[in-house]
Amino acid sequence: MRNPLSETIVNIKPSGIRKYFDLVAQMNDPEVISLGVGEPDFETPWHIREEGIYSLEKGRTFYTSNSGLQALRDEISLQQHKLNNVIYNPYKEIMITVGGSEAIDIALRAMLDPGDEVIIPQPSYVSYEPCTVLAGGVPVIVEMKEKDQFKLTLEELEAAYTPKTKILILPFPNNPTGSVMTREDLEPIAKFCVDHDLYVLSDEIYSALTYETKHFSIVSLPGMRDRTVLINGFSKAYAMTGWRLGYACAPLLKIHQFAIMCAPTTSQYAAVEALRNGDKDIEVMRESYNERRRYLMHEFRKMQLDCFEPYGAFYVFPSIKSLQMTSDEFAMELLREEKVAVVPGTAFGACGEGYLRISYAYSLEELKTALRRVERFVQNRRARLKGEEIV
Amino acid sequence: MKVKILTIIEKNSKMSISDIAILLGENEETVAQAIFEMENDKTICGYHTMINWDKVSKDRVTALIEVCVTPQRSSGFDRLAERIYNFPEVESVYLMSGAYDFCVILDGKSIREVSSFISEKLSTLESVTSTATHFVLKKYKDHGTVMVKENKSERQLITP
Repeated sequence: MRNPLSETIVNIKPSGIRKYFDLVAQMNDPEVISLGVGEPDFETPWHIREEGIYSLEKGRTFYTSNSGLQALRDEISLQQHKLNNVIYNPYKEIMITVGGSEAIDIALRAMLDPGDEVIIPQPSYVSYEPCTVLAGGVPVIVEMKEKDQFKLTLEELEAAYTPKTKILILPFPNNPTGSVMTREDLEPIAKFCVDHDLYVLSDEIYSALTYETKHFSIVSLPGMRDRTVLINGFSKAYAMTGWRLGYACAPLLKIHQFAIMCAPTTSQYAAVEALRNGDKDIEVMRESYNERRRYLMHEFRKMQLDCFEPYGAFYVFPSIKSLQMTSDEFAMELLREEKVAVVPGTAFGACGEGYLRISYAYSLEELKTALRRVERFVQNRRARLKGEEIV
Repeated sequence: MKVKILTIIEKNSKMSISDIAILLGENEETVAQAIFEMENDKTICGYHTMINWDKVSKDRVTALIEVCVTPQRSSGFDRLAERIYNFPEVESVYLMSGAYDFCVILDGKSIREVSSFISEKLSTLESVTSTATHFVLKKYKDHGTVMVKENKSERQLITP
């Protein structure tokens, strides 16, 4: 019998995070504390949920237009103007998608011809690389380094560029490192893209969650609006992960959804309410994340574990290189010995080796308990390295 | 910073000064000083514990009493309110707009205690013209905290 899977699929390696997920799920131990979740711990604010319920009561249970509810696209257009000072035509330059992840997928499929190269800075979200491959493109990985605050530098971009490069992916604020790119960081990148006729796929799903400076989008820079697909969504900003709603803004690009009739209607009605009246909710959640971010940084300093200070998203990315173990070993042993689940940095690219992704989308009490265990684990490991006896 | 401190301890007055300092990225002395100042100027009026008394005793009730009064010359309602709120069994007293004047809340008392308070102390006040008492049947949410909620997380353990 022939292999039912295509060669392309066979050649894609399984997501590292899934393997680890299965392991945690199999443990099925109530003692396990997970710091491995990539979604807010808040429930969707009630006024947004209530709007979803109302839309169901009203019988709004039909398809919307393929590109989404007009009211929602109007609100997105207004918000983009307010936040990034760009104008997207709400009739033809904004498309509502099933989460930001669908927007990434269809943008790549719409833009890539076989053999086109896509520059993917890593560590970053797990789907860029396989989606590029599935769209017939060739992923070119650029490693972002801690010494550069996990930012994409012009030098790295120049080194990765070839005449076949078509798209640069910009995953900032970054999952898993929490790094952000400022206006000054983006200016040379934008100039390079204009000079070399590159398109940018800017995944700004965490844009509402930055802690020191306001998020700056590359679309605000001269010449970039017309060569950027801006991707954002409702999952992180409004704690709406399960609603599966994102969007893409892109001028004159026919990102068309053949695969999907439209994004969930109930979610779209709820999202209109989120955009109209949700600013206060974001503020409250951001303040809470920021507090926990400071707490984790404080704890890692106390443990004397190197930790890059994140300015966005809700992750910290401490280095465990001093403990002489790989990310996988650390994660597995921490799970076994102290029953704390964290995600090895390697799940986000080979250059994540030596790091862990720790999410702070947890209550302070949970973080405290978990961090006490991590501290004990690190101390034991250090003692073992010194060859001392542990009583 | 004071508002931020208040926002934190409004929900959890048990949090230590050192923890508050870490969460806000300030040093401990600054936070301690700010709290001290707010205690002094009565911005912070006290520290209480939210207790679900239903878990401890079955015979405690919460009563909300609507009180109609004749306001007194020169002192209006204030003097009357004082005569009511000085009873230690009174949890809260509010002056209300609408059909009645004071809303008096008694919390964690037995029905016998509530009835003797109303018949012997409250109704006998000269200016009180009538009272209507309502008992709370079930507390769903109190001071911004949902009392009946279960603590079960629906989230997956690991997601990218």
